[in-house]
Amino acid sequence: MGTIILQVLFSFVATACFGVIFNAPTKVIPACGFVGAVGWTVYYLVTDMGLDDVRSSFIGAFVVALVAHFFSRKFRMPMIIFSVSGIIPLVPGGIAYNAMRNFMEFDYVMGLQNGIRAFMISGAIAMGLVFAEVIVQMLLGIMSKGKTSIQSFMKVRK
Amino acid sequence: MKYEQSEMAIDCFLLAGRIMMESGAETYRVQDTMLRMARSQNMMDTQSYVTPTGIIFSLGRTQPTRITSISTRITDLHRIVLVNNVSRKLTSQMITLERAYDELKRIEKTNYFLPILLQVLAASIASSCFLFLYKGMLTDIPTAFVAGGIGLYIVTIIHKMTRVKFFSEFLAAVSVGVVASLSVHYGFGTEVDKIIIGSVMPLVPGLLITNAVRDLMAGHFIAGMAKGAEAFLTAFAIGSGIALVLSF
Repeated sequence: MGTIILQVLFSFVATACFGVIFNAPTKVIPACGFVGAVGWTVYYLVTDMGLDDVRSSFIGAFVVALVAHFFSRKFRMPMIIFSVSGIIPLVPGGIAYNAMRNFMEFDYVMGLQNGIRAFMISGAIAMGLVFAEVIVQMLLGIMSKGKTSIQSFMKVRK
Repeated sequence: MKYEQSEMAIDCFLLAGRIMMESGAETYRVQDTMLRMARSQNMMDTQSYVTPTGIIFSLGRTQPTRITSISTRITDLHRIVLVNNVSRKLTSQMITLERAYDELKRIEKTNYFLPILLQVLAASIASSCFLFLYKGMLTDIPTAFVAGGIGLYIVTIIHKMTRVKFFSEFLAAVSVGVVASLSVHYGFGTEVDKIIIGSVMPLVPGLLITNAVRDLMAGHFIAGMAKGAEAFLTAFAIGSGIALVLSF
């Protein structure tokens, strides 16, 4: 339990700091941190349960997008403000680093293996974000005309 | 419609699009915002073509068509929010077109970034937190604090001086690598890998990667590919910078 509280705390601070670096409006920086903390905690718990990191990244990003969507409605701001810093903890920096390091040590097989894994994880994160957004839009789509989203963009083009 | 008014309208929409694109908004959002603003002014026949390097916007058959080029792309969420607010106010008829154009011009001129020291501090704290999240040793946190801050400081300063993104990211990664290796060499840190991974996180092109995929899924293939290339280039710069240090 103690480790989980520490994980929540540290991921909150890390993501809020990314809100500062990406220059989010000051009043929503705590919300940015909250989005990241929820996403990371879900990822951490799911990984702890024994799921591999591609699937848990997908779930983490899915949750990030859901919470980001909630905040984007609450603060009436684009969803991107909240989701951008929220997914940063899920980015496979460590695996990409290992891949690069393997290539430097001429261990190409290991490098490719790590590189493809990093690629899969980033793909899973992106898919999680988009799926959540599309599903939320689908559920709310009939009621909410005039919201900026992929779906409403498609409607505009018709 | 009178000629002057349509001229101002197209300038206004293009300015909104350009600010959003330069601040790192998704391509479909930029296009959506511009079309919405146009429809609120009873211009139903507008067409736009948005890419990360330029926007073409037309008000219709007999109306003017303009193009604007986008040379710099940074992450500035504050500006996206402000332009979004102006667009919301314009579409709900709360302000006139003249007023919206004035506000956009003011947004374009103002620098909304927080002081650089605060950003560097944020990068330092974020790096230390990531070291913990990636199961690094607690004794390495001071090194990650220093290395992460130096990385962001160098990327900002060099980018201001040279305007070459690839070069500034490369130098920042090199400096992160040097700080991490030196600290391990002199016994301040233990795990050089974990320190480097934590400290390069502030440089990671997170916004570009997500935007690239979302643009691809919204059908903006050229924009998605271009942003993906930019993200790949950034990742490559960071990787090669670190690799250079590690090879010594």
